[in-house]
Amino acid sequence: MSLWEYANPRRFMAVTDRWMPWVFGAAAFCLCTGLVWGFFFTPADFRQGESVKIIYLHVPAAMMAINAWAMMLVASLIWLIRRHHVSALAAKAAAPVGVTMTLIALATGAIWGQPIWGTWWVWDPRLTSFLILFLFYLGYIALWAAIEDPDTAADLTSVLCLVGSVFAILSRYAALFWNQGLHQGASLSMDAEENVSDVFYFPLLMSIAGFVLLFVALVLMRTRTEIRARRLYALSLRERMS
Amino acid sequence: MPELGKYAIEVTSAYAVSILLLVGLVVLSLRRGRSVARALKNAEERHKNG
Repeated sequence: MSLWEYANPRRFMAVTDRWMPWVFGAAAFCLCTGLVWGFFFTPADFRQGESVKIIYLHVPAAMMAINAWAMMLVASLIWLIRRHHVSALAAKAAAPVGVTMTLIALATGAIWGQPIWGTWWVWDPRLTSFLILFLFYLGYIALWAAIEDPDTAADLTSVLCLVGSVFAILSRYAALFWNQGLHQGASLSMDAEENVSDVFYFPLLMSIAGFVLLFVALVLMRTRTEIRARRLYALSLRERMS
Repeated sequence: MPELGKYAIEVTSAYAVSILLLVGLVVLSLRRGRSVARALKNAEERHKNG
């Protein structure tokens, strides 16, 4: 079976109709477990105190903010190269989820930064590139809304997505590119020396799984809505012409 | 409720803001999904009936 079968809207609707309740259920389970575990059953950090509990929201949200843009980039490239409508609509569907994740990352980061760094905001490379990524998300959503013809909108937003990818990469690696600023390095890494302690690590992994599954569930649901909206648009055009 | 010490306001407000945003996103996505599905059903019926 080829992945391209799902580029057929009918096939996509049939398959996702079966998957969606399971993905939503798994997302709710992982998210509730991770957040309840982290909030109620983890100790205070020796340096950050109880403010460490914000990590279970901030890290998964920041990861998903960047990965949502990466998913939109792949979907946009598929649209530009192979002209599959479902991929363009999936990119459109992911943007509001990505912008929400970015907003959560920015808000929880500011709330955590105030007592720990002594400031809500600083023009640190990672924070600044994250803010620009947030603005790119808003621009991407506004561009889809501003253009009536869906194919033209998909073309232009795909190009915007390619440009915005620079800031998605910068958001991820800014702390490494410019070894300055307040923001620390990655909390989770393949390099064991950088990982957080096990007592925080496992609830954090659960919370990350919850955020990933919630993203997948929401993108599937919103893509189904966009496919229906496109069909509705085609029918209304036909009605107007006849 | 766990003992949050001097960071109680920060931790609870971070959780409140995040949960509010996530619930809002899910609710808005569900509502738009339902309204588009309903509008498409009506349009398809109109189309069938000529």
